[in-house]
Amino acid sequence: MTIDSGNLNPTTQASRPSGGSFFTSKGRYRAFFETWPPIVLIALFFIGLAIFVVATAPLIAPYDFMAMDLRDRLTPPALFGGTWAHPLGTDELGRDLLSRLIISIRVSMMIAFLSTLIAGTLGITLGFLAAYFRGRVEQLIMMLIDAQASMPFMIIALAVLAFLGNSLVLFIVLMGFYGWERIARIARGLAIAATEQGYATSVRDLGASPMRIYGRHILPNIASTLIVSMTLNFPEVILLESGLSFLGLGVQPPMTSLGNMVGYGRDYIQSAPWIMLVPSAAIVLTTLSISIVGDWMRDRFDPTLR
Amino acid sequence: MRPLLSVRDIKRHYQVRVPGGFFGRDALLKAVDGLTFDIKRGETLGLVGESGCGKSTTARLVMGHIPLTAGSVAFDGQPVTARHDSDWRAMRRRMQMVYQDTLGALDRRLTISDQIGEPFAIHEPLMTARQRHERALSLMDSVGLRADMAGRFPHELSGGQRQRVVIARALALSPDLLVCDEPVSALDVSIQAQVLNLLDDLREQTGFAALFISHDLKVVRQMSDRVAVMYLGKIVETGAPEAVFKRAQHPYTKALISAIPTPRNRGRRERIVLEGDPPSPVDVPPGCAFHTRCPLAMAQCRLDTPLLSGDGDHLVACHAIHQTAQSAPLAAE
Repeated sequence: MTIDSGNLNPTTQASRPSGGSFFTSKGRYRAFFETWPPIVLIALFFIGLAIFVVATAPLIAPYDFMAMDLRDRLTPPALFGGTWAHPLGTDELGRDLLSRLIISIRVSMMIAFLSTLIAGTLGITLGFLAAYFRGRVEQLIMMLIDAQASMPFMIIALAVLAFLGNSLVLFIVLMGFYGWERIARIARGLAIAATEQGYATSVRDLGASPMRIYGRHILPNIASTLIVSMTLNFPEVILLESGLSFLGLGVQPPMTSLGNMVGYGRDYIQSAPWIMLVPSAAIVLTTLSISIVGDWMRDRFDPTLR
Repeated sequence: MRPLLSVRDIKRHYQVRVPGGFFGRDALLKAVDGLTFDIKRGETLGLVGESGCGKSTTARLVMGHIPLTAGSVAFDGQPVTARHDSDWRAMRRRMQMVYQDTLGALDRRLTISDQIGEPFAIHEPLMTARQRHERALSLMDSVGLRADMAGRFPHELSGGQRQRVVIARALALSPDLLVCDEPVSALDVSIQAQVLNLLDDLREQTGFAALFISHDLKVVRQMSDRVAVMYLGKIVETGAPEAVFKRAQHPYTKALISAIPTPRNRGRRERIVLEGDPPSPVDVPPGCAFHTRCPLAMAQCRLDTPLLSGDGDHLVACHAIHQTAQSAPLAAE
């Protein structure tokens, strides 16, 4: 903190371009970019764009994503010899890649977001229950975690999809079972460690209910680690969805998703690489942005690092 | 009148494994072994003793953090258990604790005004956030924290300021009993005095009773209405501070007092140096636990455990003292 006497406002954070301070030499721009590093701004911008696309997909797509135009098959993107009629080119059936990409981002992001949310909620709840009750309950939950961790998820997913058929809801719920065991393990370990620490005991001494101790004190204190592990889960769900879609068990055509596009674009990798590269780039950029923002959020959430 | 806190023969034993045999052997660690004391309303009992004698365990038993092995703790007639149910939580309104490790006791992600206002959020759900904040500010004022610190986080404060936050939070609901476990031992001497004076002032204003635990005899003497000296899980001497400190009877208390450094009287008071370390609480010597280091040890001390007795308030657990007390009237005859 600054030592100047003019800066007595207690809510002043180091982040704000210090108003009234003598230390203005740092400059507004530098102070701004120290709090909001450019790469984080780019990542946030990209996530914002993705959210905008998710929200408005059918409105901003220039064509119907299923509309075929066999005369315009395999047109390259606009800057690579194609026309601006199809800015990202067309696929083997003459469908506009930009429209398909927009719808795919919507579908994939929705699946990944909802699944990660399910996995996070399930994992944190079970982890906290294990940490709170200990004993038998904890053993049972740990057994479930070990059982889940010892089976390849791909095989479970294949079996479930083969027996129960495929629908978007079922698919999302199934993906929600991916990665919960890691989050549960982390949540349990951190919650046990936190209850040994003074702050949880002292809040219990104030008369706080377990809900309050876990929800208002332990969860915010361990959230940074959980968020990082959930941001790691997010891209993995996108990749898993791609794998399953590629095997024909994920999102079914004519519906499309990023993984579905990569899977079917693979056949044209030599003659029309853009069919596969466009959704791949979207996957990379989305997952990278989420990881960067997750890491940045961890630092922001920790007041001792400010 | 019924005492506020009534502790009857409480024991806390731990099963531990000690070296010995192929896989080690089981042993019983008697952290607290039969304590009995009362605290009246508004009274402060100072509990003093060296490290590992069971002071903090006593605090945790009184607060109901850990279950009792034997005995009973009653707070205003209600038994204190270690079942953390709604009764236990409701009782927290009336008994609170002040900790040694203040950085650990505060949530580092919440501002101090939020933390001081938290007891209201827990026990008075009808209170609005604005009212809570105002109450927190007035509490901060009463413990000598400036209002502009309200938005600070615990790590931005000094140790003394953090202890003030902990005290303000503990006193938010005006409890009847405050258990202070080494509240000032992590602070500088000058800050210690400030915090002790603050506690003293607050006690005069609100009249809470306190169990004041410390290894520092000066601090206990300043704060207490009554003092109990502990050795290896038992009370060896108890009484008013002047009686215990000026007319110490138990050889352990005498040795403790002789170890207080004083600027005056250098060389005049004899320093009693005890031989050896305190025995491990895993195998406490039979009879009087102190007989291995006691200058007055007799044959009886190895066999019988001495009981706390004496006249008036000043009680001692020592065979040697009891014998002289018995023979004194005889000699007078």
